[in-house]
Amino acid sequence: MQQRQSFDIALKELKLKLLRMGGDIQDAIRIAVSALEKSDISLAQEVVENDIAINRQDHEVEDLCIRLIATQQPVATDLRKIISGMRLSMDLERMGDLAVDIAKSTIRLNGQPISRSLDDIREMAQTIDQMISEALNAYVNNDVEAARHLASLDDDVDHRYRKLVEGLFAHSASSPSDTSQAMTLAFCGRYLERIGDHATNIGESVIYIISGERSDLN
Amino acid sequence: MSVQNLHAWYGAQHTLKDINIHLEEKMATAIIGPSGCGKSTFIRCLNRMHETAPYAKVQGQVKLADQDIYSLDPVDVRRVVGMVFQKPNPFPTMSIFDNVAVGLRLGGIRRQSELRERVEQSLQMAALWDEVKDRLNKPATALSGGQQQRLCIARALAVEPDVLLMDEPASALDPISTMRVEELVQQLKNDYTVVIVTHNMQQAARIADKTAFFLQGELIEFGETTTIFTKPVDSRTEDYITGRFG
Repeated sequence: MQQRQSFDIALKELKLKLLRMGGDIQDAIRIAVSALEKSDISLAQEVVENDIAINRQDHEVEDLCIRLIATQQPVATDLRKIISGMRLSMDLERMGDLAVDIAKSTIRLNGQPISRSLDDIREMAQTIDQMISEALNAYVNNDVEAARHLASLDDDVDHRYRKLVEGLFAHSASSPSDTSQAMTLAFCGRYLERIGDHATNIGESVIYIISGERSDLN
Repeated sequence: MSVQNLHAWYGAQHTLKDINIHLEEKMATAIIGPSGCGKSTFIRCLNRMHETAPYAKVQGQVKLADQDIYSLDPVDVRRVVGMVFQKPNPFPTMSIFDNVAVGLRLGGIRRQSELRERVEQSLQMAALWDEVKDRLNKPATALSGGQQQRLCIARALAVEPDVLLMDEPASALDPISTMRVEELVQQLKNDYTVVIVTHNMQQAARIADKTAFFLQGELIEFGETTTIFTKPVDSRTEDYITGRFG
């Protein structure tokens, strides 16, 4: 019955590469947020330097997908897995870039202590970490329900982002000298919010792989 | 062309089982499926070729313009439902011109000017005219395999059929000749109803508007080619087109 062993092995390899990349992205985001909380420039620098490895993983996934399309002429679910694999990789790579943006914000703050609570950012980061884990689990387990659940988590992230920005505006009005720092934190909130959007894109790709249907989880 | 409750047998072997399908006019329909699934038998039933085999039997209806072809003279049926086979089969003793003209002569056309006009027209439709116009009296066997296949297509088109059946028309050809036949089918489907049996999934995906998947004599799935090749409904179709069996 099984007649495409090498192709099936390559599809498993694609899955493993994406999971490994997803794990590395989660680490990058965790480290970037931790560096921001601790005003730790060297930790932030680590995220910037590791991005090269993440970009390389993206290229490897893309090369593998191109090779499979060129040599295996995939159709139906196989084709959807490969096309979605490329999209997943692109979303993960963009998440990595956004983690770098958070790290660069820390570097720009140049070690100055943060003058207000980072609770909103910390909570956003926790939800986003959960979203990436759930997105990757949905991908591994072909779980449409788990993929759909990302929409409500993304709403939660969006809600916290609005709360963060409102808080920063109020704080800036009373302490104009902190405006620059507030802007940087607002940008970091925005980067996290965008990471959440990319996680929902992964959920959409999972739904497409399983059902062939397009969805909008944002 | 509409097929209703079609069954076919070779002796005791039930080769086609209750096939119901509507082949739309001026569209290309691909018939896919593993060897022995009944694809060729199916298209041979569409022009009454099946019944020429020993111990063959057909039951059901094949309607063309509301007429059941099984109530007509088989010779008349084969004039309106032409067929091109896997291996190019030009008449080896005839010239290129005569290969195309033979069906017209049998149909009673005698005037040389009309014959010339119809032969040229058919060769042009088969995208062969420019390559053979200066050597029409040369033997057909002097042509390459791809040219011979297009000559056979011209021969089928010369008698102005409504439907053109093609049984793996490019499987014996090199990639360039295959591409030319595929391009030809793309053009022909603007004027003819084309039904093409193919083992080449990519070929079906490229040229057919609709695709039918046969398995063990049954029609498993029939639909838009894009749907069949991106999200087929039946898991057996999925398994076949993704190469998991067959």
